[in-house]
Amino acid sequence: MFGLQVSAGFKAAAILAATLALGACASKTDQAGAGGGAAGLYGAGASTPGSAQDFVVNVGDRVFFETDSTTLTATAVSTLDKQSAWLQRFPHYTFLIEGHADERGTREYNYALGARRAQTVYDYLVSRGIPSNRIRVVSYGKERPVAVCNDISCWSQNRRAVTVLDRPAGS
Amino acid sequence: MMTTRASIPHALPRRSFPQFLRFSTERCPTMKTIALLPRIAAALALAWFALAAPAARAEISITLNSPSFAPLPIAVADFGGDPEVAAGITELITNNLRRIGYFAPIDPATFPDRAPNFDAVPDFAAWQAINAQGLVTGRAVREAGGRIRVEFRLWDVFAGQQLTGQQYYTDPVNWRRIGHIVSDAVLTRVTGLKGMFDTRVVFVDETGTKENRRKRLAVMDQDGANLRYLTRGEELVVSPRFSPVSQEVAFMSQRLNQATRVQLLNIETGQREVVGSFPEMTSSPQFAPDGQRVVLSLQQGGNANIYAIALRARTTTRVTSTNAIDTSPSFSPDGSRIVFESDRGGGPQIYVMNADGSNQQRISFGEGRYSQPVWSPRGDFIAFTRSRAGQFAIGIMKPDGSGERILTEGYHNESPTWAPNGQFLMFFSDPGGEGGGRLYMADVTGRVRVQVPTPSYASDPAWSPLVSDLR
Repeated sequence: MFGLQVSAGFKAAAILAATLALGACASKTDQAGAGGGAAGLYGAGASTPGSAQDFVVNVGDRVFFETDSTTLTATAVSTLDKQSAWLQRFPHYTFLIEGHADERGTREYNYALGARRAQTVYDYLVSRGIPSNRIRVVSYGKERPVAVCNDISCWSQNRRAVTVLDRPAGS
Repeated sequence: MMTTRASIPHALPRRSFPQFLRFSTERCPTMKTIALLPRIAAALALAWFALAAPAARAEISITLNSPSFAPLPIAVADFGGDPEVAAGITELITNNLRRIGYFAPIDPATFPDRAPNFDAVPDFAAWQAINAQGLVTGRAVREAGGRIRVEFRLWDVFAGQQLTGQQYYTDPVNWRRIGHIVSDAVLTRVTGLKGMFDTRVVFVDETGTKENRRKRLAVMDQDGANLRYLTRGEELVVSPRFSPVSQEVAFMSQRLNQATRVQLLNIETGQREVVGSFPEMTSSPQFAPDGQRVVLSLQQGGNANIYAIALRARTTTRVTSTNAIDTSPSFSPDGSRIVFESDRGGGPQIYVMNADGSNQQRISFGEGRYSQPVWSPRGDFIAFTRSRAGQFAIGIMKPDGSGERILTEGYHNESPTWAPNGQFLMFFSDPGGEGGGRLYMADVTGRVRVQVPTPSYASDPAWSPLVSDLR
């Protein structure tokens, strides 16, 4: 009956949206988006050691997680080791760890999952000697994706924890 | 809203007497005191309908769970009276009844009489000829002083009798609400279900790109009318829940770089307050059935546990204590139990416990991840979101975990919320990509799935109780 008609129209819309999204994805995946866009914000070039851009470009401000996982991958551990070394070299920075989830989960669970990811990074950096009073954590759940499309190429970029440096005092 | 109501007695006194009593002792929809009109017009009505009805056959009804279910053919005759209000009410009732899939309103062009006399017994034979099982007649009359009087009758065409009839007085600006109340009366009389039309929906209105979304809380009638924004979009707002007793909404608010905070918002006064005084993130609120407590999930490092906050006393009670994520708590309608979501066993699954946290039992054992359990106001089902094999479904199961039934499945369906009658659910469905979600309504039989109109993309619906049940 009318229920079927609605479903058919819905499916057509879904296919159209998926097609559009694939096009959109390629052009947006290199965009840092919310919480990731530290580069350039502080007016320092990539070659300036100790700048926020130096941190983003030469160290890597983010680590990625598997679906529903908060376990640090080998790549993530390597990135966090570099982060902790840099943060020890430039101890005037305080920073925020943002935990994010991809859109393939439910809203409330993803907020908690993002918080757990941020906590995992926090715990690791503290274990590497970063004072806990330099670190704050926040979860954005699935509310701040950096890549939007209907496949894993986007979702895997969104399952992340991003280390966002605070603007240095006085700058 | 100033609305008063009275019942119109039935054609057959023997049948009408208990109904008459029942309706006339109901309290007024919005006023705290019972404000029944002395002029219930009983004598008039009895005089009008002193005609003998044909021998009654089985009353019209809809067997909702039968495989032979078919929507009930019903004729909603043009309401007479004030031209500005009457046509709108006729259309609103017709649309309400059609939209939920349980009624099949008949094309008015085929009606034997476009303007049947409200004070006369209908020509049943003529309505039978177009196979109208039910007939709604009514009128909306502007009275001295500016109020309108809206009256309606529901007739069983084949049994030849009046099933119900009521009369309301209100300010003309409230005509839509009267239309919803009439729709509910028809639904209840034919199906036995509690009403669902005289309700509102709070939801999250979404604009902008998905990477930089602007989210605002909005409230509207369940049919999309009377939309109003409740927040301005300066903060992120998600997961609203409607109070079971008042015009209050609990929701999650997040400012840039700050933890989410569960807040309360009175949607009439705009008054806002933070729930509890926690330094950490709070999420996923839900009201207790008495409206006096809110349960929520409190983040504690990598874990999240469920806490209950008494809103007046401002006391906090820890309910769960795990090294896992416990979230999405929802009370049983009697307040004795809480259903919630936990990943203590690995992935997210659904658990039930006593309201004090004792006797925690897992109830979901199907394949996939089970999230967002919401206890039906009727108590018979728990709605949930299930994700499996890349598909997100809305389903229901009994409180013991048995009888699982998937109502809709697709790329992404999420956030079920119950109509006050426990027969219908609302949720949002997002086809993915750069677009966004839209609100949909489904019933527990899985037969109905219709979009709910919103001005832009929408998510996280929260269906109100009957407005007449709110204080």
